[in-house]
Amino acid sequence: MARLRINSRQVSRMKKLATEISSDVQELISRHSSVSIERTILRLYGVDGVDEDGTPIPNLVADRVKEKEGIENGISHFFAKTMAKTGKSSQKTAEMIVGGKIDFSKLDKVPQEKVIQTETALVDTALHVLDSSRERKHEKETTYPSPKPPLRYLIVATGNIYEDRTQAESAVTSGADIIAVIRSTAQSLLDYIPHGPTTEGFGGTFATQANFRIMREALDRISEKEGRFIRLVNYASGLCMPEIAACAAYEDLDILLNDSMYGILFRDINMKRTFVDQYFSRLICARANIMINTGEDNYLTTADAIDNFYTVTTSQMINEAMAKKAGLSEELIGLGHAFEVDPEIENSFLYELAHAQLTRQLFPRSPVKYMPPTRYKSTDIFYSHTLDTLFNLASILTDQGIHLAGILTEAIHTPLMQDRHKSLSSINYVFNTAASLKDEIEFKRNGFIEKRTRQILGQAEKFLKEIQKKGLMKVISEGKFADIKRSKDSGKGLDGVFEKGPLYSNPIMDRLEQDIE
Amino acid sequence: MKHQMIKPYGDTLNDGIVQLSFTLPVEYSEKAKKAAELYASQLNLENIVVAHASRIADNFTFFIIYASAVPMLDYTSVVSTEVKVPHMKIHQINRLIRDKLKRKIVAVGAAIGSDAHTVGIDAIMNMKGYHQDYGLERYSQFRAVNMGAQVTSEALISKALELNADAILVSQTVTQKDTHIRHFTELVELLEAENLRGRFILVAGGPKITNELAIELGYDAGFGPHTVPSMVASYLIVKILEKEGIK
Ligand code: B12
Repeated sequence: MARLRINSRQVSRMKKLATEISSDVQELISRHSSVSIERTILRLYGVDGVDEDGTPIPNLVADRVKEKEGIENGISHFFAKTMAKTGKSSQKTAEMIVGGKIDFSKLDKVPQEKVIQTETALVDTALHVLDSSRERKHEKETTYPSPKPPLRYLIVATGNIYEDRTQAESAVTSGADIIAVIRSTAQSLLDYIPHGPTTEGFGGTFATQANFRIMREALDRISEKEGRFIRLVNYASGLCMPEIAACAAYEDLDILLNDSMYGILFRDINMKRTFVDQYFSRLICARANIMINTGEDNYLTTADAIDNFYTVTTSQMINEAMAKKAGLSEELIGLGHAFEVDPEIENSFLYELAHAQLTRQLFPRSPVKYMPPTRYKSTDIFYSHTLDTLFNLASILTDQGIHLAGILTEAIHTPLMQDRHKSLSSINYVFNTAASLKDEIEFKRNGFIEKRTRQILGQAEKFLKEIQKKGLMKVISEGKFADIKRSKDSGKGLDGVFEKGPLYSNPIMDRLEQDIE
Repeated sequence: MKHQMIKPYGDTLNDGIVQLSFTLPVEYSEKAKKAAELYASQLNLENIVVAHASRIADNFTFFIIYASAVPMLDYTSVVSTEVKVPHMKIHQINRLIRDKLKRKIVAVGAAIGSDAHTVGIDAIMNMKGYHQDYGLERYSQFRAVNMGAQVTSEALISKALELNADAILVSQTVTQKDTHIRHFTELVELLEAENLRGRFILVAGGPKITNELAIELGYDAGFGPHTVPSMVASYLIVKILEKEGIK
């Protein structure tokens, strides 16, 4: 296979720097929790549903505990104590808390050993949720043949889960391996997960556990019909990262968009909140065998791809280091990048090949996820289709793991059924027609492409050193990623982060961490 | 006035050739192709050729059609409503502001509502600008404040009041289910409710915005794709001088 000569010692130095950077952030993470983490615990203990206003019970419980008891020491122990007192199921107990039927002052009388017993049983239930999802996925992986990468990843985004289902089925018929349901605008800013099947979204469809289930069932049916395992994707980003991960585990999702910095940069979510939440969500993903996809491709939608590709490489290394801290194996870390060089630049395709091949070689075991051109897509759909064709060629030539289908109408609307079909017919054509091209060619020694990758590695190493010295949060606040500045104490969701009290415990997190080691 | 009758052009004047593609929710079959042809005829097309038909899912068929369009249009009757002010260069605009208005123009901008797209408003407002045309921040005679994205209408208005702004610049990119219309309208209604509408020049922009649509929504002007900052700056100085009665 065509390979670039890259300095492996330099790469190890860079990965070491990335690990140091992530350790620094980890120190902050270990001192904090968030309301979303506490609600995730409740969800994994089996608490679900909403009240008559549509507010999720996990939110209501967390709010109530925060108000009455304080949440600094975590919700788990308190909840176990209440449940030991009521002797009822977790759902019933939660409803009683919400209904004001629990006298908080009387809880201290519950014998400690009974509380511990109850809590241990709850944690076992939670881990069973994650483990059983892992096993069901494993079974599908062994039943169906492994698909040949790059996997064809198609998005659906009608706003209506039932239309999404129809669109997804048609994409699979045309060759899709992976279906991602794009989320409605602004869901990432909701500090709760909406409930039930939904039919009204904007630019996407709400991520709800019921919607996950509807799509999962449809894809399982079609997997069986086609004899292929069709993977399902959603987004664990925004203000509810760990809760979405929990819902995804319940409903056997295979992949979650889950980036350690995307929310900070592109949704103005507070840094601490994002770092703290991403860690717990990734622990859950690791245990439930959910692959994560990171969002470095987005950087190139606001910053220039030639000047700033090194920020993609840098961020990939940091994302990888943080993901490893949460126990994700390299096979479950689908790092992102994109084909976003200005097509009017001479030899822009050579830059693209350099970027794609570099990402491939830096993370050999990662199912790297390659994003199509978006910002230079034109409303001239005929021109845009030719851009995608070259993107398809770059992907097969550099052996990408996941290939997000470029759509000819990208600059106009979220894809129609026929748009997806056109996209897949180009992908199918190029992947087939150039299947073994990569085995037949080599990169010229010291040619344009090798030199470009050396340049990026040099810039990225320098940047990693700067981050290691200043700290990641400082560098983000200086606008060094994606040309976007965010400061440590601003952004959405800050009020939901709290410093752990002296008696804080999150026994699910403890068990997940123990089992990594 | 002389009429100028036109229709689509393929390779012979007035052949009326159009291409179109669409999907019908029926299983691929000869009958489906016939249905596509009949449907096209209802669109006032003739000489219909169903050039391509393929099954793209259970019960869905995709078509590509070539045909001749029947109607003709009188081109002299067409009125378009793009923003009509002379397009000046940055130094001309600065000079005009300095000489005539004799104070800086204050412009506040944002992508409002849930819209997280900043690239469009940044292209107009930020120093760097767009397509080698500097953004408003670069103009010595402008005070440009870009609030970014996901900004509420309330926050935008209160910023405009705080800075005593001349103009409010609003961007909207997400248009699915008319999200942009809702957001644009909400801002105008808020301004009207507070009796503030007359106080600002209100400009809308985004990939699906036309001047016509903006005016319909109660804005003073609208700018679509390929807008460069100097167009907006030219518009603003002309309008402000007009508004203040300066000749
Ligand atoms: C970059 C991008 C993003 C980036 C945005 C980064 C950022 N900080 O801005 C990211 C990755 C974050 C993103 C996210 C999403 N995106 Co987006 N994105 C794009 C993309 C690729 C390019 C847009 C762009 O930057 N254009 C370049 C600028 C310069 O052009 P412009 O905005 O038209 O601006 C010009 C003019 O319109 C005008 N103008 C614009 N605003 C203003 C304002 C004033 C006052 C004036 C005078 C002029 C003016 O001047 C500018 C210069 O000429 C487009 C696809 C495309 N190629 O168009 C999709 C696209 C816009 N996105 C889309 C969607 C759906 C989303 C999401 C909702 C997806 C989701 N469900 O998560 C989210 C947004 C979530 C949210 N809350 O809004 C859709 C919108 C579909 C529709 N018509 O409704 C598009 C078309 C892609 C698609 N086909 O699905 N996106």
